[in-house]
Amino acid sequence: MSAIKKDVVIIGGGPAGLAAAVQLRKKGISDILILEREKQLGGILRQCIHDGFGLTRFKETLSGPEYSQRFSDEVEKLGIEYITEATVIDIASDKKVISASRKGLLEYDAKAIVLAMGCRERTRGAISIPGTRPSGVYNAGVAQSYINLHNTMVGKDVIILGSGDIGMIMARRLTLEGAKVKAVFEIQPYPSGLPRNIEQCLNDYGIPLYLSHTITKIKGHSRLEGITVAQVDRNLKPIPGTETDYSCDTLILSVGLIPENELSLAVSVELDNRTKGALVDENYQTNVEGIFAAGNVLHVHDLVDFVSLEAENLAEAVAEYINGVKLPECSINITTDANIGYTIPQRISGEKDFKLSMRVRKPFKNCEVKILQKDEVIKTVKLKKALPAEMLHIKLEKTQLKSLEDIKVVIA
Amino acid sequence: MRQIYDVIIIGAGVVGSAVAREFSRYKLRTAVLEKELDVCRETSGRNSGVLHAGFTYKTGSLRAQCAVEGNAEFEKVAEELDIPFKRTGKLVIGFTEEHMQSLLKFKTLGEANGVKGLELINKQRLEALDSSAGGEFAMYVPSSGILNPFEYNIALAENAKQNGVDFYFNNEVIGIKREEELYKIQTVQNIYETRWVVNCAGLNSAVVSTMLGIDGYTIGGFKGEYFVMDKKAGKYMNMPVYPAPDSKGGFGIHATPTMDGNILIGPSSEFVEDFEDYGVTPPVMEDLLSEGATMFKPFRREDIIRSFSGIRPKLIDKETRQPLDFVLETRDEVPYVINLVGIESPGLTSALPLARRTVAKLNEKEDLIPNESFNPIRKGILRFAEQSTEVKKKLIAEDPNYGEIICRCETITKAEVLQAVHNCLGVDSIMSIKNRTRATMGRCQGGYCETRIAEIIQEEKKKKRKEIMQSTAGSYMFEGTVRD
Repeated sequence: MSAIKKDVVIIGGGPAGLAAAVQLRKKGISDILILEREKQLGGILRQCIHDGFGLTRFKETLSGPEYSQRFSDEVEKLGIEYITEATVIDIASDKKVISASRKGLLEYDAKAIVLAMGCRERTRGAISIPGTRPSGVYNAGVAQSYINLHNTMVGKDVIILGSGDIGMIMARRLTLEGAKVKAVFEIQPYPSGLPRNIEQCLNDYGIPLYLSHTITKIKGHSRLEGITVAQVDRNLKPIPGTETDYSCDTLILSVGLIPENELSLAVSVELDNRTKGALVDENYQTNVEGIFAAGNVLHVHDLVDFVSLEAENLAEAVAEYINGVKLPECSINITTDANIGYTIPQRISGEKDFKLSMRVRKPFKNCEVKILQKDEVIKTVKLKKALPAEMLHIKLEKTQLKSLEDIKVVIA
Repeated sequence: MRQIYDVIIIGAGVVGSAVAREFSRYKLRTAVLEKELDVCRETSGRNSGVLHAGFTYKTGSLRAQCAVEGNAEFEKVAEELDIPFKRTGKLVIGFTEEHMQSLLKFKTLGEANGVKGLELINKQRLEALDSSAGGEFAMYVPSSGILNPFEYNIALAENAKQNGVDFYFNNEVIGIKREEELYKIQTVQNIYETRWVVNCAGLNSAVVSTMLGIDGYTIGGFKGEYFVMDKKAGKYMNMPVYPAPDSKGGFGIHATPTMDGNILIGPSSEFVEDFEDYGVTPPVMEDLLSEGATMFKPFRREDIIRSFSGIRPKLIDKETRQPLDFVLETRDEVPYVINLVGIESPGLTSALPLARRTVAKLNEKEDLIPNESFNPIRKGILRFAEQSTEVKKKLIAEDPNYGEIICRCETITKAEVLQAVHNCLGVDSIMSIKNRTRATMGRCQGGYCETRIAEIIQEEKKKKRKEIMQSTAGSYMFEGTVRD
């Protein structure tokens, strides 16, 4: 069997992949294929049955399945080809995509590949929580999948570690299904999820959030029996003498998301150690020509709306690439000060207007984001607040650039 | 119907399973009683997975004999049982003159034990053998190797089962009586009758020994904690790297590649009273971080995907508190009992040699009739991920379940999970599937596949949600349904 030729193969039929596909089609690219490993399109949104999606993109509030359905409907309407229950198992050199499905091993030669695999959850093992390994310790997204997709209740007496958005949403969900959620503990001195989720998922249900606290021990031989929690100091180390024991049969971990880039690594896509996603230019192109990335596989977003918008921007560049437009050389690097975690893109050409997405590492109030070239400020943005939970987006026009020198972004 | 066994083995760790397999070569009604829900849930499944050479044990000791014998035959064993094994060699590294003296001493000891090919090597040679290894010089041990401890233990038990041995899981022994020339073994579930009893109870070997009427053994539990590292790190490493042993032959924290391409950092060694405390602790984790970087130069904190611990049952002298040799004994005053006490490292390497010696002990009292239908060959579950593209296509064409990826990190297919769920031992906890397929062992630690595996177990074994166990009895995964 020889490989099937495709202009664009999109890996992942979640919000990023769907938005990229629709936009590509609208830009006149018709030879598109979406490969999705689940039974349906929609990605993680299928299990996000709460509302709050779409305020930016559609100016209305939707549930996750409703949000993704809008894109799936467009995919259907536009006749874009997609295959579900097909897991990409390898990307070989020359942009060959190999996917496994019940019908066989499918091989595609793509002119362009869009990486849209999303992200995975950081696990207990990765953060090395001390203690035993009983059942009843779940990642928040896994618990969400059990409850919302598999009609399976994970436990009754719940503690949540980490104030990530999924953790807080699960606090509300478990409460609504009759579980007792005792508390949410966050190691940082500030919440890692969105303010609206603290309000709507914790405060509305009287669930306490303890900042600067972490779990120092997990207890139980077979099923989880309890945990020990301690306050942490400035260096995030537990303070002896502050330990408190809680009984619980379930521990939900919401301790961060990691872009899922194992396939990208297989084809030598260079990753940014800060985002764990690809290093991209203003076209969302990685260091490998013809391989592009957007959405949570690139960097973890706060709102799905920005995932869609990013993928739509990517699609414009991919369409140009397919149409044979030479994408400009991107040799202006973008660096940050220590208070800004990263920027996307990490390099630009200077020949196009562009948008910088970024996150701060700690909360700021009444602050200024400055964009510099050779110590000269080329743009200043005043903000009332900047939170690590919320992405910042700053637009720059090419005319604002003073030179082809590298750009630095700072906040104070 | 009254079922009387010829032999009952207590414990389905690697030694109990090897003993069962070796007895299945003969016409004996044999059974294994295990307190856990599957094989290798304790010491046998919680270790470095190393085939030891035998250069640190006292010459002439049972430990030294079994290690050297077990090491030499392992290619054949791995082939018969279809388990992953690689004779990688091992580096025992040093930095100081004291380390050099230690290496010289153990080289001499190893040679006396019959270990072949031991060689002191300089830094240049060390780096050529494994550029990720720390150390200024090393002893190279070509006969050491790595194996998958779960698969080895499972394969021994499955081969025993295929040759007629009965396995009873979730059957902790709580009392043993001798009546009518038989042993009546009371477990938490049942009473089992047998002519012979073999104690392979590992951590509980002293307790079982006392139940059988042999007093006086003290088992000390030495807990070792480990970190498991991502395969991303594993690609740098060729062979286990150990620090120079202390004067008693004890190794500190080492780095070992696994058959699947991960790296283990550990174990520590702490004395514990509670033999079921598999917790991991912050001070030890700190040690592992620093020692890990000494043994394995490309060590990165972010590559850690999991931690675990195991407990080694060391038989210790009550007076001097010094560790003693393995015990494999029969006693005239306690007839029809073969007692194995204090089997710890190198237990994986020694399991079959110990099993043969156990059979020989019984054979001293009774003639054994060969089981003519005994088949030493056992087939494992074919790994889809390790096949060529052509074979993958063929597999999917023959069985579409090979085209359904259940565990994305390790590329484990539904066909493999189904084979694991229908294993011949009849065990079906989530961990049983994990140890047979590697599903959930990757970097997402089951985030993607655990829901699928739970569903497959439910469907295939007709179980309710609350009946799905993670690992041990009582480790239920779910409360039930959200809505009826």
